Amino acid sequence: MHVPDGFLGVPTSVATGALAAVALGLALRGSRRELGELGAVRAGLTACFIFAAQMVNFPVAAGTSGHLLGGALAVALVGPWTAVLVMSCVLVVQALVFADGGVTALGTNILLMGVVGVGVATLVSYGVTAILGRRGRAAGRPVGRGGVIAASAAGAFVSVPTAAAAFCLLYAIGGAVPIPLGALTLAMVGTHLLIGVGEAVITAAVVGAVLAVRPDLVRLAGREGTPVTAMTLADGTVVLRSAVGGAASGVGASSGDGASGDGADADVRRRAERPRLGRGAAVIALAATVVVAGGLSLFASTSPDGLEHVAGALGFAGSAVSPLVHTPLADYGIAGLGAVGTTLAGLFGVALTLGLGLLVVSGVRRGRPRGAGAVDDQPRPAEERR
Amino acid sequence: MTTAVVLPTSPPVLLAGHTPGIARPWERPSLVRSLPPETKLVALVGFALVVVAAPAAAWPVLLLAVAGLVAVAVIARVPYGWALRRAGVELPFLVFALLMPIVATGERVQVGPLSLSAAGLVGGALVLARATLGVGAALVLAASTPPHEIIEGLGRLRLPRALVDVLTHMIRFLDIVADDLRRQGIAQAARGDHRSRMVRLAATAASAGHLFVRCVERGERLQLAMLSRGYRGALPPSGRPAATAGEWGRALALPVVVGAVLLAVLVAGSVGPLGAGGPR
Repeated sequence: MHVPDGFLGVPTSVATGALAAVALGLALRGSRRELGELGAVRAGLTACFIFAAQMVNFPVAAGTSGHLLGGALAVALVGPWTAVLVMSCVLVVQALVFADGGVTALGTNILLMGVVGVGVATLVSYGVTAILGRRGRAAGRPVGRGGVIAASAAGAFVSVPTAAAAFCLLYAIGGAVPIPLGALTLAMVGTHLLIGVGEAVITAAVVGAVLAVRPDLVRLAGREGTPVTAMTLADGTVVLRSAVGGAASGVGASSGDGASGDGADADVRRRAERPRLGRGAAVIALAATVVVAGGLSLFASTSPDGLEHVAGALGFAGSAVSPLVHTPLADYGIAGLGAVGTTLAGLFGVALTLGLGLLVVSGVRRGRPRGAGAVDDQPRPAEERR
Repeated sequence: MTTAVVLPTSPPVLLAGHTPGIARPWERPSLVRSLPPETKLVALVGFALVVVAAPAAAWPVLLLAVAGLVAVAVIARVPYGWALRRAGVELPFLVFALLMPIVATGERVQVGPLSLSAAGLVGGALVLARATLGVGAALVLAASTPPHEIIEGLGRLRLPRALVDVLTHMIRFLDIVADDLRRQGIAQAARGDHRSRMVRLAATAASAGHLFVRCVERGERLQLAMLSRGYRGALPPSGRPAATAGEWGRALALPVVVGAVLLAVLVAGSVGPLGAGGPR
């Protein structure tokens, strides 16, 4: 779904670029909390991983194949803000080093795959985890491995067609050629529903594999690994600590490492019990999802003939040229489709705004200092106190 | 690293998308190669903007842009085979552009047995031309600039420091991580990767999960190593001097010339009223 140069006009490209820059700025701030100190290394390697994971292709329909977008996977593994940052980095490198995705469309691509894809995946994944967590608490156990996998898969499935729908919305605003919005949306969302299934399967499998080996590395499970941190002791020596195998390592004097290791375990346990988003936020998130999903399905079911049209036109149905010759394609811009398209666009805009709002809220919450009673002996380097 | 990934079974599941190749076209010295990266980045964005801004009625400007880009590619000594392979990323949207005459609305034209939209024909050709020019210009940059210099150029263009650091680490490890994935693919194939497609997909996804764990652990080792060597959150800036006016002039020659011609054509009004219902 890497949009090249020339699909959208200059004003739209500049506007999406500005929006993407704002989102990226927020993500840089937010990811500092998710990654901890010196997070550039971890974010860079996660970006490498997402880049590599995008090489995993899977068959979609006859002859076509999709590849992983990775937004939902990044949300599950490293958290929403870092996911936006990482996806943006992947897109920047793809555009500038691999000529994949236009330079003028870089903002558009970041907005679609980095912000909308990641935002929707965050809402759905965290919403599902919060609901499951609530049920689990009633039954006396936290969200299990299956719950986390299901939540990440749900996020992956919804995020792909939503990003496709967002592309259609942008195309309706600044597209270069007049294509009926209804037909375009059907074709894009239809194909991307299938890609979404593949995305969900792969995301679930990858999250499951990581959970089996290093559950502390799956942020969606609420047990994020303690990032490498450095602490300057009173006598001037620097103590380093990493999460590798829960062990601590030091340079120079290393007294107190054992204590900080125990503290990390307590930290991990405490975070596992802490819900990631508030209950109210989760309900709103799920409601927004239902609205988006409901809008999409309504759209698809009211015009099955339109879907067949597009399937024929795009050649998925295996019918090559012959139906095209006789079909009155000029009748394509059905008034009803346009109206539904507009409704969809409206619903989508609302959900998107809500999503961004929730993202900001959750970011602010996470940044809020914890209660005085909480055990938090995570060492912090002096630089942070600037 | 080889470009072609040898997997004993088919169809390949891994590495069908991006493959960072062994080809290092930027090792060929050229006039474009020696320009500072920030000037080339600005030139690329300027060129792409001019191309996207050119309306269909100003098609001669696009021809001029093609001629200019080919000239620059020759000066930059871009390897043609490499460029053609890399240009393959454009293919999915090529299909989209080819479909435009069929699905677009408006006046119809009879071409052979097909009834096509006139606006779609013009628009499809225009989109194709713009996208190809954009890919071509990006390939000239990629062919004449090592990836780490591109990132350095972004830093000189005042991209936030934190972002540049992330990109630097990403570029630094991209080959290693992609190679890890490739080796996992070979190992998977060597261990009897001949079962059903779903089983293979599951195994691939599991490999990807392990790849993530490896990435994080590599990052942790790297952080510890960097910390113990005095890194405290920022990479040192490179000592290269800022670009001179002459270098900026050489880099920006193509976009400025094409942009000026486009502006002249538009101002002269020889292309008629713009954006009046036609493709923008």
